[in-house]
Amino acid sequence: MLRFTLRRLALMVPLLAGLSLLLFVWVRALPGDPARALLGQRATDESIARVTEAYGFDQPVLQQYGTYMGSLLRGDFLSSIRDGRPVLEGFLERFPATIELALAALLFAVVLGIPLGYLAARYQGRWLDSVVVSGSLLGVTIPVFFLAILLKLVFANWLGIFPTVGRLDPRIDATDVTGFAVLDGLLTREFDAAWDAIMHLVLPGIALGTIPLAIIVRITRASVAEVMHEDYVRTAESKGLARSVISRRHVLRNAMLPVATTIGLQTGLLFSGAVLTETVFGFNGIGSYLFSAISQRDYPVLQGYIIFIAIIYSLINLAVDLLYGVIDPRVRVS
Amino acid sequence: MSIPMMPAGPGGPGDPGGPGDPATTMLEPTATEHGTSLWRGAVQRLRRNPAAIIGALIVLAFVVVAIIAPLLAPYQPGTGEWAGQVTPGKVPGPSDEHVLGLDSFGSDMLTQLLYGARQSLVYGVVSTAVGLVVGASLGLLAGGFGAVGGRFGKAVDTLVMRLVDIMLSVPSLLLAVSIAAVLGKNAYAIIIAIGVAQVPIFARLLRGSMLAQGRSDYVLAASALGIRKRRIVMSHVLPNSLGPTIVQATLNLATAIIEVAALSYLGLGEGNPAVAEWGRMLVAAQDRFAVDPRLAIYPGVAIAITALGFTLFGEALREALDPRSRR
Repeated sequence: MLRFTLRRLALMVPLLAGLSLLLFVWVRALPGDPARALLGQRATDESIARVTEAYGFDQPVLQQYGTYMGSLLRGDFLSSIRDGRPVLEGFLERFPATIELALAALLFAVVLGIPLGYLAARYQGRWLDSVVVSGSLLGVTIPVFFLAILLKLVFANWLGIFPTVGRLDPRIDATDVTGFAVLDGLLTREFDAAWDAIMHLVLPGIALGTIPLAIIVRITRASVAEVMHEDYVRTAESKGLARSVISRRHVLRNAMLPVATTIGLQTGLLFSGAVLTETVFGFNGIGSYLFSAISQRDYPVLQGYIIFIAIIYSLINLAVDLLYGVIDPRVRVS
Repeated sequence: MSIPMMPAGPGGPGDPGGPGDPATTMLEPTATEHGTSLWRGAVQRLRRNPAAIIGALIVLAFVVVAIIAPLLAPYQPGTGEWAGQVTPGKVPGPSDEHVLGLDSFGSDMLTQLLYGARQSLVYGVVSTAVGLVVGASLGLLAGGFGAVGGRFGKAVDTLVMRLVDIMLSVPSLLLAVSIAAVLGKNAYAIIIAIGVAQVPIFARLLRGSMLAQGRSDYVLAASALGIRKRRIVMSHVLPNSLGPTIVQATLNLATAIIEVAALSYLGLGEGNPAVAEWGRMLVAAQDRFAVDPRLAIYPGVAIAITALGFTLFGEALREALDPRSRR
């Protein structure tokens, strides 16, 4: 187990090295003076000189690459062109918000997705199945931002059940401890703040969680349907085991393997899907940070963001593979 | 999910060809009577599947509308001709002259929607084609050399797949966003961005099914007959491996159309805000959304229905091509 983990972590090194090389080449591949390309047409000579200096664009390419890799290895993700702040700092500040949002979305997707998928498989071909299958189809095809806009319109603007934007009501004076609004509220016993933060998470969480929900439903349904026809399930049935025991111990557990993979993959994707959702709901996480970086052509932020997401994505996939061993003892042996 | 595909013919040593091999049809006149060809069987199964028919009808309607948009549309797109009637508080709704009302720039909504189909079709199809061609070439390179084996073949396979792994380490929407952000606000940027973001999927899929085919008996038989490796790969392994890739391309058309809209939404699409593009129309509608939801609902529903059509059809195609689903 430990060797497997270490090997996988070691494999991430060439991956990230390759990715950072591609990113390096990518900014240099911009036509013309890179500093001007970064700053746009209206840049002053002064700011161009500053950026050229800061990023070493006047040095030989190999040396530039050395400096760039050196700073990445030290964990220094360059600085934002706009405000000059280190990119990593900007991320870490906003990351808790996105984690919170992703967790809300994941909770929505998993808690609803697995039971729905299971029921659909159990009642295959019946009306419940048809409703679940069509619903999941709709979930994949509706654009996230359109869904987000719709949810905001109906539940925030018209019905007024949920707040429209932000993470917390500005009128609530919440103490910031960890950066996680809900957790902070609970830790400091400011329960009104925690509740408000939860209410702010509902709509963005649903919007972001809809695609994973739809995918989890479909995978669960397919996987359960397949396992239900396995010989060992028939054996369990002929032994006279109770239906609930069969579904819990034999069907669900064996059907969970592909579902776990899907959940892992989808969790990684949530961090990129957050760009759209956070933008619609004015949620101050890394997604909206990326959005403003795009519109301001702040490439160091974009670069840092990509590396950051790639690391998270790989770590989540590793976690899923490790989880396999927990779900399926057969994997542990091999 | 990769789908194992069986060779359609009896798979004898002299007859390894699959459905893509013209020789198969000539050598097997009985194939017509028994309907054993994989693709012919697939078409039959598609015709019996209501979801496939609905999907195909939506796709057909979308393509036809996109092509003859100038004939259907009552006005010219993106003119903002009636901008005078649009006030900050109100955009004129449906009337006799404008069946679906105006958009927030004072153009005819129906016209914008119809021309928007055109944009989506062009962007979706061209970008998916870019992704398919580049991705399938990489997959062919890796899968072809991988299936042939040998130290050199393995090395090529590994090199290509490491590159694909790097691309896969970044979620596709993010990849598209970062490419579009660098290339600037124009049609080529969108197409390249969304196309490149699809490359790793196609590369992996084609390589996977080619490697699986490479282990089949008919490949062994062909190489035992002394047929050259390149010929085995190109005329036996490749045609038999294309099915899943084609299915994926259909499904990717749906994703591509949604992603085009998403890029527009993030401000990376066409520079001109009044252009007839569904994602753009959604962005433009957002400020007035609470007052006039119609402005966003039309383009949003248009995107969703189109994506639904491609998804329904693609999934039905996947099922139809899956030998396990044959009854």
